[in-house]
Amino acid sequence: MYESLLNFPGGLLAEFERLQQELQQEFANPGRPGSIRALASGAFPALNVGSSPSAIEIYAFAPGLDASKLDVQIDHGLLSISGERESALPQDNGTLSTYANERFAGPFKRTVSLPGDADPEKVQAHYRNGVLHITVARQESAQPKRIDIQ
Amino acid sequence: MTDKQDKAAVRRSESADELQTLLPAVDVFEDKDGILLLVDMPGVPKDKLELRIDNDTLLIEGNIAPDTPENMQAVYAEVRLSRYRRAFSLSSDLDTARIDAQLRDGVLNLRIPKHAYAQPRKIEVKVA
Repeated sequence: MYESLLNFPGGLLAEFERLQQELQQEFANPGRPGSIRALASGAFPALNVGSSPSAIEIYAFAPGLDASKLDVQIDHGLLSISGERESALPQDNGTLSTYANERFAGPFKRTVSLPGDADPEKVQAHYRNGVLHITVARQESAQPKRIDIQ
Repeated sequence: MTDKQDKAAVRRSESADELQTLLPAVDVFEDKDGILLLVDMPGVPKDKLELRIDNDTLLIEGNIAPDTPENMQAVYAEVRLSRYRRAFSLSSDLDTARIDAQLRDGVLNLRIPKHAYAQPRKIEVKVA
């Protein structure tokens, strides 16, 4: 009964649990790489960046998008991902109640600066399960090479 | 350390893992026919998604499928865990047997209909 009065899906206790989890996620993840540019938490889409000897891997967690409407550009060593996510709010015919509206809606743009040896000519992007995975190859001349001793 | 202590330590770390989950963003809408629940779970394929209903509690869990090439090192990470988890308590007017679930592009779309008897209806007043 109280759930419906307070508009918390799952009740007040679940709401506290959610707050606690959010705090934990903010502060209690030592050991993994943190933010180099202090970004407001909850920016959309969330980005993970990885590095391997042959490429730079960028993962954008952008669920529910039309891949054809995603715009990925590289300009002067900056990779930008932009697009727009439509609101999921159904049409209100007078009986609609909204209990939670946490999912991002609206236009977005995120930028990653690429290292100097990134090759803007060799970029691949795949969108799968709501994750945009961009692979930017490193220039071949910059890749580690074994030198034969004669 | 004895075996027993080892096991206890393992159990503790397992429960810590269970605590450390990502909280997916949700939208919850209700109309006269039922509830529409949208859950953002990017990176979760269909076979790694788990939906359970237990005593009127709806539990949504999913694992992000690893898609990382070998010898990749993380440089920067905003998504630092690989498991999503969120639970909701459902009320008795919802028909849990007829839940319709779809997962598309990392968005879980759950339609939870109301029992027929719980749907609003107009009561006619008869003139005596």
